[in-house]
Amino acid sequence: MSEIFIAILLLSGSFFVVVAAIGVLRLPDLMMKMHASTKAGTLGAGLTLLAVSVAFDEISVLTRVIATILFLLLTAPIAAHLIARSAYYVGMDLWENTIIDELKNERAENNSATNGVTAEMNSKEESDAR
Amino acid sequence: MLNTIILITFGALSLSLVAGLIRLMIGPSLPDRVVALDLIAYILIAFIATYCVFTDTSDFIDAAIVVALIAFLGTTAFARYVLKAGQNSTDDKI
Repeated sequence: MSEIFIAILLLSGSFFVVVAAIGVLRLPDLMMKMHASTKAGTLGAGLTLLAVSVAFDEISVLTRVIATILFLLLTAPIAAHLIARSAYYVGMDLWENTIIDELKNERAENNSATNGVTAEMNSKEESDAR
Repeated sequence: MLNTIILITFGALSLSLVAGLIRLMIGPSLPDRVVALDLIAYILIAFIATYCVFTDTSDFIDAAIVVALIAFLGTTAFARYVLKAGQNSTDDKI
């Protein structure tokens, strides 16, 4: 009986991981790639980990599996948000058919601000070199 | 029956690992590569879990926790690096 559960969990987990990999390989722009890898990837890894907890039927394994899944669920959105934010403000191109880009003005301001900062840093480095 | 299922899972995970590595190599910009590294970490966690079921040893779950931790720290560090390095880092043609 539990073998059937393990089989279902393993197969669905690997299915979602394959979906995530296909998404990262085929989708056109960084935001879409990240959406594929973060959501489908976390779900796939979580389901496979759940298969382990069903297979062993021990409280210590169950605790570690739940800790890992909770950690994944907490950190995956943070990491995706961080990399998306820095890529966007650095000037990543969106897909050409993107309908709305609500942060366009803010990005322009931030870009000029960071350019100013880098210019300052460059001049500081030059003076340090002297 | 379960052995066949586990082998199928290993095959599917290996295929997605190859897809992630292709994106890591061709990814046109640095953030694309970082996302590919993130995906590879998730695939690795699933791989370790499947290996636990395959060999009937539960010790490798700790390795999965460590991989999750390192992936998060690496992505955070790369995000800082992308922000600091600026425009020049995003259109590398390596």
